Amino acid sequence: MAENRTHAEAAEEFLKDEERTHWHDDTLWHVRTKRDTAAQKLPEWEVLRENASQIKEYVLSHLDELLIQFENNATANGVTVIWAKNAQEHNDHVYRILQENHVKNLVKSKSILTEECGLNHFLEAKGYDVVDTDLGERIIQFNHQVPSHIVMPAIHLKKKEIGDIFHKHLGTDAGADDPQYLTEAARLHLREKFIQANAAITGVNFGIAETGGFVVCTNEGNADMGTHLADIHIACMGIEKLIPRAADLGVYLRLLARSATGQSITNYNSHFHRPSPGKKMYIILVDNGRTEQLGREDFRNSLKCIRCGACMNTCPIYRRSSGFSYGSTVPGPIGSILSPGIDLKKHSTLPFASTLCGSCSDVCPVKINIHEQLYKWRQVIAKEGNPEPAKKWAMKLAGKVLGNPTLYNIMGKSARTALKLSPNSLIYTRFNAWGKKRDLPEVPKESFKEWYKKNRTND
Amino acid sequence: MTSREQILEAIKKYKPAATGLPEHLSYPTLEVDQLIGQFQQSSMLNGGKTIVIKTVEEVSSYLQVHFDKQLQVVSLIPELQGTLDITKILDPHDLEAVELAVLRGTWAAAENAAIWMPEENLVHRALPFIAQHLAVVIESKNLVRDMHAIYEKIKVDEFGYGVFIAGPSKTADIEQSLVIGAHGPRSMTVFLVST
Ligand code: SF4
Repeated sequence: MAENRTHAEAAEEFLKDEERTHWHDDTLWHVRTKRDTAAQKLPEWEVLRENASQIKEYVLSHLDELLIQFENNATANGVTVIWAKNAQEHNDHVYRILQENHVKNLVKSKSILTEECGLNHFLEAKGYDVVDTDLGERIIQFNHQVPSHIVMPAIHLKKKEIGDIFHKHLGTDAGADDPQYLTEAARLHLREKFIQANAAITGVNFGIAETGGFVVCTNEGNADMGTHLADIHIACMGIEKLIPRAADLGVYLRLLARSATGQSITNYNSHFHRPSPGKKMYIILVDNGRTEQLGREDFRNSLKCIRCGACMNTCPIYRRSSGFSYGSTVPGPIGSILSPGIDLKKHSTLPFASTLCGSCSDVCPVKINIHEQLYKWRQVIAKEGNPEPAKKWAMKLAGKVLGNPTLYNIMGKSARTALKLSPNSLIYTRFNAWGKKRDLPEVPKESFKEWYKKNRTND
Repeated sequence: MTSREQILEAIKKYKPAATGLPEHLSYPTLEVDQLIGQFQQSSMLNGGKTIVIKTVEEVSSYLQVHFDKQLQVVSLIPELQGTLDITKILDPHDLEAVELAVLRGTWAAAENAAIWMPEENLVHRALPFIAQHLAVVIESKNLVRDMHAIYEKIKVDEFGYGVFIAGPSKTADIEQSLVIGAHGPRSMTVFLVST
């Protein structure tokens, strides 16, 4: 993908299609407004966020103990727990399990972690046909792409394109682009795959230390279709996905879907504790850079992320440049603070793909100070290397995204609206103790245009 | 050092100073009428449908009108006779032709219409997913305000598996258009027994 390109270079390609850019921008903004509506319906919203943040704070400060507790309980439940230091180890373990169990057909539900580990390519190189079963993921898998959004993987594609992809791979009628029709075709195709599968790979939304179980959330029910029909279930879990107590799920399940899409909950929230008789269940606990991130005081909070995608939907840069422009598994604001920790050189432009408007931090259900961390990464990058490329990059982005007057106006408007609308509506909620502190960033008085002008003059 | 030891070692070295856990949240319950109203609204938004009934016997008359009797029905409620005896099924793949599954819910949250169903309510874990349509019967006395209240009441690891189901299988992965019936049930009907 966009591996060796800067965010701006990659964004340029996306911006060429103006109509699509507008559609992308509007669609994600719409999801963002649905999130606001859902949040405003709950008087205790800010209490939930505070709670969610504190629980994760506890998790990070007791992570070793909680992992051992989780491992002991899961093992006692008859689940095999495996530890993987990095992506390679994770992939090797998955491969070994598939071999040991003579697995021929495997299905997979959405897992950003396996994406991060490059599992699909790894297994494909070994001769496996990995079938992604989340509809969005199946679409981009057919199209040889990676997800452009962590919750809506195919959000960069229009239905006409999806119709063409399905025509080619599933034999749907040429030109047919009705979502109902296309979904039905995928349903029939994937049912067959579910029935044939010997193994199912899933991600993990939450691992419960107290009980050794884990929770997987979907709307499609694809994780369950896969796991309950196959004999082998491999759950891939980042070590930061733990929560201490089962009751903490109340907090996170109430926040996750509302933050992600504005739904009150995902339609399926499955709690796995023990394999069915005669079947096997594995959990692979993956580090892959997470312990290092834990050691970075300024950035460790990023490990609280529950992958809801809200910071992407609200980000004026993400909405206008799409997920691919980030060239990292997790795009958007959270990706821009996680990825530099993995490879600072490769991802050095990402912390600059932000207006620092702070909208991401405002919507984050676990209260990660995303925009402050973006700013801190900029300082690290400036200190560690030549600040010039980064600064130049910022100019380049401004040039690219703002060069076109139409794009520019819309972006400026949404950036400012993002800041103005959301924080205010949160602050003036009666129950919002957090808002009273008024620790939100000031709305910049200058417009993006002025900022650009000023910076260009200084350059 | 094994990977396990390396990971635990690194965490010990890097973890921040210990902080405490917040208390569990809990909120006062609502009047049953309010709960029912909220549940119906939430269920509708999730793509489901709620029928408030007085006796469980009404389930059967409703389903007779709305579902084709020729097709396979699995019923796990005593008040309704199914056409397929699930206790005779050993391999969940044999549930592939199930048209309708009728199950009992244990707890339901009004805030989001999520219904808790532990494995004992399902017999086969695959049942509520592989069936073309799903119906769930729940008593209004088991309806609570929110998820916190349910987690207070249940023991999540009592059975090997348990699930909150809040609606039918759905997706919006194609241009954000909502489509019901992605892989699993094409509909979910909740019978709320209110006496
Ligand atoms: S950083 Fe916060 S808003 Fe962004 S995906 Fe993670 S939890 Fe959601």
